[in-house]
This record gives sequence, structure tokens and C-alpha cells, in this order.
Amino acid sequence: MEVPGFLPRAGLQQMISLLQDQGYRCVGPQLRDDAILYDTLSDADQLPAGIIQQQSPGAYRLQRIDSPRCFSWANGPQALKPLTFAPREALWYARVEPDGNLRFREAAADDEPLAVLGVRACDLAALALQDQHFLQAQPDPYYNARRRRLFLIAVHCSHSADTCFCAATGDGPQAQSGFDLALHETDEGFFVRAGSPAGQAFYQQLPLEPGDAGAFAAASREIEESALRQSRTLPVGDLERQLFDRLEHPQWQLVAERCLSCGNCTQVCPTCFCHSENEAPSLDGLSSEHQRQWDSCFSPGHSYLHGTTLRADTASRYRQWLTHKFGSWQTQYGRSGCVGCGRCISWCPVGIDPTAELAAICQPEGPHDA
Amino acid sequence: MPNPYLPLEAEVVERIQETPSIVTLRLRLTDQDARHRFYCAPGQFNMLYLYGVGEIPISIKSGPAHFADQTLLLDHTIRAVGRVSRALVKLQPGDRLGIRGPYGRGWPLQQAIGRDVHIITGGLGCAPAVSVVHELMRERGRYGHLSIVQGVRHADDLIWREQYEHWAAQPDTRVLLAADQADAGWRWHRGLVTALLDQLTLHPERSLALLCGPEPMMKASAERLIELGLPPEQIWLSMERNMQCAVGHCGHCQFGAEFVCKDGPVFNYPRVRALLGTRGY
Repeated sequence: MEVPGFLPRAGLQQMISLLQDQGYRCVGPQLRDDAILYDTLSDADQLPAGIIQQQSPGAYRLQRIDSPRCFSWANGPQALKPLTFAPREALWYARVEPDGNLRFREAAADDEPLAVLGVRACDLAALALQDQHFLQAQPDPYYNARRRRLFLIAVHCSHSADTCFCAATGDGPQAQSGFDLALHETDEGFFVRAGSPAGQAFYQQLPLEPGDAGAFAAASREIEESALRQSRTLPVGDLERQLFDRLEHPQWQLVAERCLSCGNCTQVCPTCFCHSENEAPSLDGLSSEHQRQWDSCFSPGHSYLHGTTLRADTASRYRQWLTHKFGSWQTQYGRSGCVGCGRCISWCPVGIDPTAELAAICQPEGPHDA
Repeated sequence: MPNPYLPLEAEVVERIQETPSIVTLRLRLTDQDARHRFYCAPGQFNMLYLYGVGEIPISIKSGPAHFADQTLLLDHTIRAVGRVSRALVKLQPGDRLGIRGPYGRGWPLQQAIGRDVHIITGGLGCAPAVSVVHELMRERGRYGHLSIVQGVRHADDLIWREQYEHWAAQPDTRVLLAADQADAGWRWHRGLVTALLDQLTLHPERSLALLCGPEPMMKASAERLIELGLPPEQIWLSMERNMQCAVGHCGHCQFGAEFVCKDGPVFNYPRVRALLGTRGY
């Protein structure tokens, strides 16, 4: 196997500077409020060096260890989604002219070039799903502008969290496609591979050294072992059929007794696309901003239909989420809507684990499997 | 890239109070080019935007025949039931609002050619069906027998009575009306609309049924028609769900795997049969 070029750890700052020189704002993972969040990155020292994490149902804890590595963790509550599908943004403005006419003006799309360092395999898979949703059929101009500006530097996951199951969904921990550059991290630096023409051009400018075959093999093995450490799995077979055949399964009520219907799972999910459109009239009454913002199928308004709420109880909302994510998403987009990042497990305040719920609902000896 | 979210300005030309809570707004796009470009098929809908309040989907009641001249008047019949619709029905002639559309897949007119068409509606479900009746009437010779069946809860809820009487007088056309709660002046059926289905002259091999109304009514009607021999594939129905973007992005209108806004609102019955009537979908 050809050994990729090697970027010594000291070259990371140079990479960030090169990106900035080319007009990109760099965004990368940083420690904030005891979590790893993605924000503007001007200095390599801002990266979460020596940070590892422990994730379990309803829990997310960071720990500091003595290590030079910056990517010894799996993920934080968010990564790419807010950069392409904004949590809240203006779509257009309406204005009442003095003659009483109504004028509409579209909001400017955000196309500031953005380089994201530390993109995970699960998030690349999620991005591909969001691309399908927002760019096929009727392309969304706001998503499109935010999406086209991205330069994506993936880092393969050497430290899966206990909540990760990307190996089961087939989306990680090694980034397979959709990146411009992909990095294997070692104590000494990074093995770098290009994944696109833009990435290839950038690769040529990096201060790379010839890579050592033994060190690269060890780095690759770390990713394989990271996959093997994952313990969560998904039921086998056609989940869409199994779920829609079991809409009256008693487990829906059992999970609803624990679920708070808070919507955290949908807010941290990198593929959830639901959003509401809202009106924000100005105080002078002459103009109004038409916005969209993330919505959740756990909110009462999500299923509002002329005066009634179709999903008034938690059981039906949880069922909507799970049957869509793992079921009807297959008909809509040709695969499951889950990329195995496990965020919904860690960030659920009561620690509900969809892989456990799926196992309970889809088990072959279940009472509803005649 | 064209912006699918941006409305066009329209003016209220006429306001028709159909019942205490139902109003038809006759609208005209103010931009002449936009009027020329606008084309919609029966069964499609527009998003109506009320300044500072919000947007809601409303089916387009006017048929293509109304578009032959350049006036392009778009009729939208609205029941005041939610935050936006209650405000929309207060608009008066001359008031401005926003329109974007048309959206969705309409009624399967191609399949209706040479066939009998049975239009079965309930309540305000008659509005999305009016445009298809207009179209069938406009090219009456292309289609077979036409039956129009409409059910309402109370006799007072029947709107467009004169329109039904006009249709009833047309050749090879039958109109059947039902009111669950009839009054002294009601000379049609008393009871549920589904009871009228047995009175249809149904030739299953050459019939198409188009349904629009409350879902229990559509499900009961579809299943009764199947019992009467009509293959499920020859039944079509128009669905409603919360819609905010109308282009399949916002996620609210999902019905199983279907996005009602773009895969519907008119569906072939087998596509929705399994889930229709399931609480929570």
C-alpha cells in the first residue's frame, strides 16, 4: 500500500495558516462548556489536545490525559449540520410600501468560504444524507450556498465512544468519501490523503514528509480497533418493514414512559432536517422577516393540522422519529437515516438508546412477530 | 438558483362569504409576467402568505378554464380554523398578500380519459375537487359518466348549492348530496356520504374514483368502493398535512415515507392505504 505523506504535528499551524491565506475561515473542535464544540479556529493550540471522552446513555464527560493528540475523542453535540443547515436563518423579507403594495426580497445566502478541520466519518455520511434531502428535486439555495463553500478535512476516528455504532451502520470510523483531505493522527503528526481535486491541490502545498510504512500501518490498525471496540448493533433485515409491521408494539408505550419529548435527540442528530417557518414582524409594523428554524417531531406543533395535533402523545412522537429515521428514510433516500454517531444516546437526558428500543421492537421472538 | 420560498404579490379581487366560517378569496397576481407564467393543474395548491402572520397551504379551486384570459383569477376557499386562516379570511378586496405555487401533484386527469369519473367529497373537501369538475366539464366529451357526491355534517354546511344544481342538470352527470343532520328544506340523502356509494352506477372496469375529505370518510369510502368491485389502483385521494415549505424540505407533512406536499397531495390509494387511519400518522 502506498504510504500517504506525513505532516509533523508542528505543521498543523502551517496548514491552518495556508487555509486562511486562501480565504477560508477555519473551523475546528474546541473545548467549551465541558464539551467539544466546533468554532472559528485561528490557532492549532485551540484544538482539544490531550482530551478524551466518556460517553454513555445520558452522559458525556471529558477527561484530560497526557497526550499530544488533538482528536482522541469521537464527537461533540454538533459538528457540520449547523454550518450547512443553519439553526435559524432568514429566508426572505416582506415590506409594506407607502402605496400599500407588498414587496418581497430574498435574504442573502451565506457563502463565506469555510474550512472545517476534524470532520468525522459519521458527519460526512450525514452530510451526504442532508445533501440528498436539500439539493435533490427542489434545491434549497441557502443550504446550497453554505454547502458549496466547504473545504472538509476529515480525521479518522481512533477513539470510538461507547455510544458509537458507525461500524454497524457502515459509516465509520474511517472516513470513506466526501472529504477534501483525510488525516490519520499519530502522536507525532498526521498521515494526509487527498479526496478531491481541491484537496489534491492543497495537499501539494503542505510541508509534508515521506511517511513511514510501519507508523502508517499502526495508525490504520488503530482505526480498525476503534471499530472493534464498538458494541452497539442494529437489528438485521428490513427495518422499514419490521417497524411499520409493529406500529402497535407495546414497546412504544414503554419508551414513552421514559421519554421527556424534549427533542434533544433530533437537535443533536446530524441528519434530522425538520424545520419550521416563522414570522418575525418588525416593531414599526412596516416589514417582516420570514425565518426558518430547526423543529423537532417531538414538538406539539410539528403535527398540527387545522386545529388538532395528530401526534398528541409521546408514544406517537417517538414512534414517528424512530420509524422515520430507521424505516421510511429508506424509501425516501435509499438508506437508513442513521449514521451511528450515537449523539442521541449521550444527549438524551434520560439515556434512551434507540439501538435498544429497536432491538426490543424488532426482536424475532417478539409477541407481534407472528 | 431560483428561490422556491419567495412569494409573489397578489391582490384580493373579491371576497365571498360562503358560510360564517368559510370564505373564498378571489386573487390576482399583481405582476403581469407572473400571471402569464402561472399554470396549475386541478388538485394542486398554493401557499398563501398573510403579511406579518404566516403562510398556509390552500388548494386552488379555480380550474384551468379560468386561466384562458389574462386576468388569471385564483380562487382559494378557506375555513377559519387556525391562527393564519382566521386572519386570512378577514382580508378585503384591494388588500395585498403573498402567493407561491402551485405545488404538488394534482388529480390523474390522463387516466380519467375515456372513463367514468366518480368524485366523492366530504365537508370542505369539495374545494380541491371543484377544479377537477370544471376541467371535466370543459372537455366533457373526453370522459364517460360523471358522478359528484358530496357529504356535509349539517345541511347549512353545504356551499355552492347552485353549482351542484347546475352540474346536476348537465348530460350524463349525476349529483348526490348527503347531510348527516338535515333540516326541513333538505331534499337529498340524510346520513353519511358512504351510504350514497351504493347508489352509484359503478362499472368497475372503466371507473375512476377521486376522493377528498376527512380521512375517516375517505377511508370508509375507498373500502366501500373496493367492496363494490373497484380496484384500489383506480381510487385516488387528496391528503392534508401541516406544510410549511411546500417543497419537501421542512418535514412536517410526512406520512410514512410520503411527503404529502410533493408526492401528493393527490395519492393513488394503494400508496397510502396501509397507514391511512393509523393514529399518529
